[in-house]
Amino acid sequence: MQMQKLAGNDVLLDVRDLETHFYGEESVTRALGGISFQVRSGETLGVVGESGCGKSVTALSILRLLPKLTARTVGGEIRFHGRDLLKLSPREMRQIRGNRIAMIFQEPMTSLNPVYTVGHQIAEAVQIHTKASRSDAMAKAREMLRLVRIADPERRVNNYPHEMSGGMRQRAMIAMALACSPELLIADEPTTALDVTIQAQILRLIVDLKEHTGTAVMFITHDLGVVAETCQRVIVMYAGRIAEQASVTDLFARPAHPYTQGLMRSVPDRRHGRQRRLPEIPGIVPSLREPIVGCSFAPRCPFAIGICREKTPTLRDIGPGHAAACFRAEEVMGG
Amino acid sequence: MNGQLLKVENLTKHYPLGTGFLNKTVPVVRAVEDVSFSVEAGETLCIVGESGCGKSTVARLLMRLVEPTGGRVLIDGTDIAGLKTHELRASRRRMQMVFQDPYSSLNPRLTAGQIITEPVENFERLSRKQRQALAADLLRKVGMRPGMMHRFPSEFSGGQRQRLGIARALALQPSLIIADEAVSALDVSVQAQILNLLLDLQQEMGLAFVFISHDLGVVEHIGHRVAVMYLGRIVELAPCEALFANPVHPYTEALIAAAPVPDPTRVRLEVPVEGEVPSPVNPPSGCAFHPRCPLAVDRCRIEVPPLVPMADGRVVACHVRAPAADTSGRPVAAASSSLTVG
Ligand SMILES: Nc1ncnc2c1ncn2[C@@H]1O[C@H](COP(=O)(O)OP(=O)(O)O)[C@@H](O)[C@H]1O
Ligand SMILES: Nc1ncnc2c1ncn2[C@@H]1O[C@H](COP(=O)(O)OP(=O)(O)O)[C@@H](O)[C@H]1O
Ligand code: SF4
Ligand SMILES: [Mg+2]
Ligand SMILES: [Mg+2]
Repeated sequence: MQMQKLAGNDVLLDVRDLETHFYGEESVTRALGGISFQVRSGETLGVVGESGCGKSVTALSILRLLPKLTARTVGGEIRFHGRDLLKLSPREMRQIRGNRIAMIFQEPMTSLNPVYTVGHQIAEAVQIHTKASRSDAMAKAREMLRLVRIADPERRVNNYPHEMSGGMRQRAMIAMALACSPELLIADEPTTALDVTIQAQILRLIVDLKEHTGTAVMFITHDLGVVAETCQRVIVMYAGRIAEQASVTDLFARPAHPYTQGLMRSVPDRRHGRQRRLPEIPGIVPSLREPIVGCSFAPRCPFAIGICREKTPTLRDIGPGHAAACFRAEEVMGG
Repeated sequence: MNGQLLKVENLTKHYPLGTGFLNKTVPVVRAVEDVSFSVEAGETLCIVGESGCGKSTVARLLMRLVEPTGGRVLIDGTDIAGLKTHELRASRRRMQMVFQDPYSSLNPRLTAGQIITEPVENFERLSRKQRQALAADLLRKVGMRPGMMHRFPSEFSGGQRQRLGIARALALQPSLIIADEAVSALDVSVQAQILNLLLDLQQEMGLAFVFISHDLGVVEHIGHRVAVMYLGRIVELAPCEALFANPVHPYTEALIAAAPVPDPTRVRLEVPVEGEVPSPVNPPSGCAFHPRCPLAVDRCRIEVPPLVPMADGRVVACHVRAPAADTSGRPVAAASSSLTVG
């Protein structure tokens, strides 16, 4: 039921041809090779792909939190409510970050400060972005801890991060991220470090809070199971590009990119029988340090033909709300 | 009891916490508590459970990398605790380990060839020719080109390094490999390659595995039998298919229900279990799962449930789901030592 509600059609975030590079001593890593996608208000967009495909760099590029000395967004636009974030001054960007666009990471300790209590940090986040008094901000902190279902918030508000379990810290970080009612929450692998029962609790919490607050969520994960359980739309990334984009039901029912298909088949699944060999994706991901000629998946792709090694396939529509960057998407989807 | 490669009886490990004063009792971490199971030639026994439940400690006890606080480990019927150093080394030939982290478990200064033949060289001197032949053979077994033996670990991908870890474990032609989260750090496409390799090796060489993982999908795929651990104890041990089709212990049920399923048409039930795993320093009284268990009754708060054999060959430790037949006289030890599941 959470599927239909809230997923409006107005575009909140519009990313176009985003290109981000890392500069090493001798080489340039093309971490994002021009990606375009949108996040609509109130929806949960999944971003999925294997490690190194550019998920975190996408998040950091949007928030303009890339390492200053070694990375740069060299092309594209990131329109938030129509305004290009790449053109904002650092001060304007700070007003958006943490306030209208908030983020949570895999490891809560990267955003929680070990020397302050959790309540202090949430209150401070509130005070930076609103004119709330100290006591109002602390009251808000307690309210947020209650909202993220931390037991005994009156006491926990005075805890230091190290006095909390991993699951509780993740809840506290979500409380801090949501304290200013952001329009967009970027969650980068927020449950990857957690045990499966705690993961289930946090996923449910994120889904519930999203319904409750109407915040749009960009949910980054490597786990197709997590995508299936939390997202409405999905983009699949491979080697710094978007391979496929679809509603979550279409993606799982009719994967149209050979990489998506390969990824799904390589996950052990009882429906396909136990102790049988799993279909493998042969080979390894390409280096992003050398320019890639043709489709970046071609060397591993069972569908590859001549054109795949010469031209770069662009993301093209293959059905309503369904796009794939593959010359043979129709055949892939059919077979 | 013959034909069993490995038999573990009432294995217990308490780690002292700090040093404590004079005669004050030192608090302990109850990492492993009264764990018993057996492994037969050619079978895969999986151990699942959330972090801190004692899986790695069991692995270390099997390899005798740590000394048990209590209980026994028998290999081919021989208790490894009584073994002299050279006998222990011989018994270790039967049992090898593969670790989670393919990055830190390989010496960066040795070539791939040196790394994978090293276990053999601990036993006997090899000529250069012999070493190269062995390295080539091992690399082929794990699906790598013999030409790669001259490269260093940094030149390999994560999946290739895990293959090297497996090649090294195979060097002494063991009967049993203990794999502790051996595929957990890998991306799914690479994970599939390694799982396939393990299945192939089992088929070709009749290898047995103790396969430790927190990933239920992987366990269901690869296991013959599964032991579910919670706070140091086995709460259910069952044939793999039966366990997933029909979990009996409420914790097993919660664990399976919590795992995300890559199928968006599946309707998710309510959050399967509330709360978090308590500390193994002060585990809850009675059944350690009782504070989180929806079925808990008074007895669960008082008595540790024994592992009770069920009709389909599994054992379950739960007062509600697997009540002991005779509650009055039956000692707990009797139930836990009759734990061998066919
Ligand atoms: N700090 C960094 N320095 C150099 N290269 C980086 C850095 N962070 C990321 N990259 C490059 O960007 C690519 C994408 O990384 P990332 O977005 O972190 O992947 P993931 O999808 O696993 O989150 C990586 O393959 C890597 O080559
Ligand atoms: N060397 C040690 N000293 C003290 N406690 C330990 C030690 N090794 C493990 N533990 C504790 O024992 C428990 C079981 O740990 P472990 O076997 O590593 O669990 P798992 O592998 O299932 O995550 C945990 O509470 C852990 O903190
Ligand atoms: S474009 Fe060609 S190589 Fe790339 S995924 Fe499609 S079929 Fe495969
Ligand atoms: Mg990342
Ligand atoms: Mg472990």
